[in-house]
Amino acid sequence: MNAKLFEVQHLHKRYGDAEVVKDLSFEIAPGECLGVIGPNGAGKTTTIRMCLGHTVPDGGSIHALGLEMPRDALAIKAALGVVTQFDTLDPDFSCAENLLVYGRYFGMKDAAIRARIPQLLEFAALTHKANAKPGELSGGMRRRLSLARALVNDPKLLLLDEPTTGLDPQARHLMWERLQVLLQQGKSILLTTHFMDEAERLCNRLLVLDHGKKIAEGTPRDLIAQHLEPDVVEVFGVGALALVDSPLRNLAARVEVSGETVFFYTQDAGALLQGLAAHPQLRTLHRPANLEDLFLKLTGRQIREEA
Amino acid sequence: MSSVPSTYTPPKPQSIWRAPEVSLRFWPVFLRNLLVWRKLAIPSLVGNIAEPLMWLVAFGYGMGALVGEVNVAGPTGTVAVPYILFLASGSICMSAMQAASFEALYSAFSRMHVQKTWDGIMNAPISLDNVVLAEMLWAAFKSLFTVTAILGVMLALGISHSPKLLVAWPILFGVGITFSCIALIFNALAKGYDFFTYYFTLFLTPMMFLSGVFFPLEQLPVVVRVVADWLPLSNAVALVRPLFMNQWPADAVRHLAVLAVYAMGSFWIALALTRKRFAK
Repeated sequence: MNAKLFEVQHLHKRYGDAEVVKDLSFEIAPGECLGVIGPNGAGKTTTIRMCLGHTVPDGGSIHALGLEMPRDALAIKAALGVVTQFDTLDPDFSCAENLLVYGRYFGMKDAAIRARIPQLLEFAALTHKANAKPGELSGGMRRRLSLARALVNDPKLLLLDEPTTGLDPQARHLMWERLQVLLQQGKSILLTTHFMDEAERLCNRLLVLDHGKKIAEGTPRDLIAQHLEPDVVEVFGVGALALVDSPLRNLAARVEVSGETVFFYTQDAGALLQGLAAHPQLRTLHRPANLEDLFLKLTGRQIREEA
Repeated sequence: MSSVPSTYTPPKPQSIWRAPEVSLRFWPVFLRNLLVWRKLAIPSLVGNIAEPLMWLVAFGYGMGALVGEVNVAGPTGTVAVPYILFLASGSICMSAMQAASFEALYSAFSRMHVQKTWDGIMNAPISLDNVVLAEMLWAAFKSLFTVTAILGVMLALGISHSPKLLVAWPILFGVGITFSCIALIFNALAKGYDFFTYYFTLFLTPMMFLSGVFFPLEQLPVVVRVVADWLPLSNAVALVRPLFMNQWPADAVRHLAVLAVYAMGSFWIALALTRKRFAK
């Protein structure tokens, strides 16, 4: 790893009796995409808010670019690009005006911003919407405009809080494509997400948070290899639950039941699939273990109160 | 980057009552509001000046015919002035107050709470203190714009041609500043737009009747007058009315000081409460 671009050490935050972030440490290297995943209420947004100086931590430190939060908040934010969970675009301005006005907040000269606007709009695939207001845009276009706005100051690090929540698959894929371009350009990204395929596709490294604590950290592949068997067989249909007590159970390293579905986690699904052939009424799905399995294993299958 | 010992703890959270930390970084935020307003200026101008002018014309000429002249105490004794001049000089202060209050309540609240414009701005290198300063000056500027338009109409109607109106103009800007500072306190406390109805109904409307806008304060009972003398609007009227009559106001320093104390005190309170609102 190169020198650290962003470093968080022993961060703590409590609201009343609730400890929402507990002893959280992580770092981001230049050019890296760090994903933060965790159920609702895990402390993701609070962590981002502390990284931006909006929330003062109760303990710990945040350093970025050789500067310290919250003391140097403005200087740090001058080198950051932020896309929040909820759009804060100006509804009264066109796309181009949104970029112009936002660039001024960074102290940029109008001429310098205007020179950047065409390329920012092109990057966001919004050139044809330069004069449209956010209210006339689709959800995906608004998110891309938010991303373009976050790039107006040519930041080194982007903080993206659930950038694709609520988007349809096409819009999401376009967003991923754009984020990959940014990573290729050498930008660093801190990304929170609920989408495991997004995390797997974009992130070099993942941080799994639950109840304010870091419960796992590593590359997506390593985390899966470390915590899970490589194969998963999902079985559902009439009589599926009875399999848990059948001899087939012993062909899997681990079995989970969720609702009417049985999940068999195994090193080798061959024997299990052969055994399941004797139960043609059951529907089976054989697939490699993925991040979603990891996430559910680490954080449980219960619906969170906040969800 | 040097590594940090794990025992490190950040400095204690700062007091919300610390001194305002403002700078010229407020300017892009002010400019943002100006750019939005430029798109809506003509319809908003009609709304801003049509109502006060209707009041002025209906009351000034209608009531004026019944009332005739009103006696106003001045530095050189009591002067009888036409009711329309009396009313115009008071109601322009009221317009400054209302224009600033509307902008610093409904519009600022939209930007702060509904559109989350402030959140977007603060993700860029602009502090909350500068956002609040920009909103305060913006509301005062809009108030000045309204006041200027109304003054123009008053000049055209020949209600006053006093050269001292040139002095009244910056004073009315100060009135706008004072009331936008006060309004921002209530902006910081608001949970929704409904809250502002209380402010207008329970604070601004009674003040209009206790500040000598429609009738001379001398007609009020002494106890009420003691209160009225310290209301920001009555101090504004006391400064502006003589200027409409081409006279210098008596006790100008005291009235200016009262407005300045209201403005600075309110801005400080508004800033502290807004900091509290955003410190989550």
